[in-house]
Amino acid sequence: MPANRFNAYTDLGIGIGLRVPHYRHILDKKPTCDWFEVISENYMCDGGRPLEVLDQILEQYKVVQHGVSMYFGSADRLNREHLKRLKNLVRRTKTPFLSDHLCWGSVDGTYSHDLLPMPYTFAAAKLTAQHVRDASDFLEVPICVENVSSYAEFHVSEMTEWEFLSEVVEQADCGMLLDVNNIYVSSRNHGFDPLDYLNGVPLDRVGQMHIAGHSKYEKYILDTHDHPVLDPVWKMYEHVIRRIGPVNTLLEWDAHIPSFDEVHNEALKANKFIARVMRDGVQEKHEALTA
Amino acid sequence: MKRLPPEPPTRRRRQTAAELKELQRITFSAIRRPLSRNNAMQRKWTDGRSTQQVVSQFIKPNDRLTSLERIELYNKQYWFRLLDCLYDDYPGLRAILGESKFRTLRIAYLNEHPSKSFTMRNLGSRLVEFIEKNPRLISPHTAMCQDMARFEWAQIVAFDGVALPPLVPDDLLGRDPATLTLGLQPYLTLMEMGYPLDEFVLAVKKKSLRAEASNAMEMEEHSSSRKRTVRLPRPKTIHLGVHRWNNSLYYKRLDVEAYRLLCALRDGQSVADACAAAIGESDDAAIDWPARIREWFKIWTELGWFCKPPR
Repeated sequence: MPANRFNAYTDLGIGIGLRVPHYRHILDKKPTCDWFEVISENYMCDGGRPLEVLDQILEQYKVVQHGVSMYFGSADRLNREHLKRLKNLVRRTKTPFLSDHLCWGSVDGTYSHDLLPMPYTFAAAKLTAQHVRDASDFLEVPICVENVSSYAEFHVSEMTEWEFLSEVVEQADCGMLLDVNNIYVSSRNHGFDPLDYLNGVPLDRVGQMHIAGHSKYEKYILDTHDHPVLDPVWKMYEHVIRRIGPVNTLLEWDAHIPSFDEVHNEALKANKFIARVMRDGVQEKHEALTA
Repeated sequence: MKRLPPEPPTRRRRQTAAELKELQRITFSAIRRPLSRNNAMQRKWTDGRSTQQVVSQFIKPNDRLTSLERIELYNKQYWFRLLDCLYDDYPGLRAILGESKFRTLRIAYLNEHPSKSFTMRNLGSRLVEFIEKNPRLISPHTAMCQDMARFEWAQIVAFDGVALPPLVPDDLLGRDPATLTLGLQPYLTLMEMGYPLDEFVLAVKKKSLRAEASNAMEMEEHSSSRKRTVRLPRPKTIHLGVHRWNNSLYYKRLDVEAYRLLCALRDGQSVADACAAAIGESDDAAIDWPARIREWFKIWTELGWFCKPPR
């Protein structure tokens, strides 16, 4: 299950996001880390220090690209200049697959630089799926779409978020980057059961998972990526890997970033859940055999 | 996973692709509206109706937040993220103007020039043009701010602009200066400024790397409590090459003749014509110009500033 056609049959293990404050440590100390996820847009430049660092990282580590501004759900056409730059980067990194978000964020060529929630309609699902297919055809790598955390919902929606995600990935025949923190944040903001979400999406399409921390406010939760992962999110992570087995896992920590070791150790906590799931699986098989 | 049926019976008419576009337009227009003085969403819509009345037509409320409060989270996020980006990219301009005027400038600029690029790296690409058209926003330090805006954009270009294969001494050996033309690296910006802003910026700016793109939510703007601590420079004309070396950012002071020579080369003149134009206006006859020009070319070649001229 972990290696599938949606993640180019990769079994990468547990990684963290490559962030500027860790550059020096990584390049000097060369710490062990299964893989790094890089924000594509940070390296879609023409030259200079960002690409130099990226090339040095590529010499030592496995890297997967993660985008933040493809905006598959925007009613605008995909930005061809963006796609061309992204393809150049794909050639450079040799990323086995890449991911971006199930959202919109630009209108008539003006960018919000945010991950805005979709209206969950059939028209939006059809258009979004077409954009994912077009991008994947052009980039010649599999694409996993990531569910976003959200704070608003549209009256016009015709289905739940998980039905919409399912509709898009089935129509596009693509994978999912399942962000269990985002599901948790949205579940609290919109009042649904996160297990309904997890049980309502085609988990066989999960190519990667994201875990992260969030911040609680009086009336809502914000997806701040500035804390360790909270227990309810770990429980959701365990729920998924119990269903599908261990899968490429990535911890996001984007604000108030602590040391490399602290971030990496937080990510490696996933091993505890993987070990428990594997142990239970072995025990279940043993009990089945001896029954 | 079973897919949803393509046409399930529904009491409500389905959204069309055109309606999706219109929904995204009106939602984005709400998100882009400038915040009020107390950093909240404006309570009045552009036509005088209440914003709550407008956004409640397309955003659902929940048991804790009104439609307005929900879209306000995105409205704040939009402004804080873009304002912070310019805050980080223009520390020199901020130091000249002070926090309050710099904030006013950023808001006015973003209203007129919202981002047209997938990367926030390009957010300030039209700031020079904007402040030239709106000098009241930068008065009384108008000329200094114009220089600084050009200087700080040049730094962004130098940081990650394209580098072409540099010419090496062998590329130049035996070539006739009367016909030889040279290109300059696209990441190199030549500047004439009325103030020594290189020294000023070095005093106020510590960071060397651009901030990271991130999808994390920031619900606060940078603190506006910092006071100007560096004295503003007195007028003094300087010439600079803003460039990078070993992928680090540098500002290289240039003699005025060197600046003229490089500008002439950049503009397509031959090496011989560029040299003549550069030193022709010099009134210092005591200088050994051939030796000095040789030294300049040696340094500039070592810095990798020369490349093939654009066709």
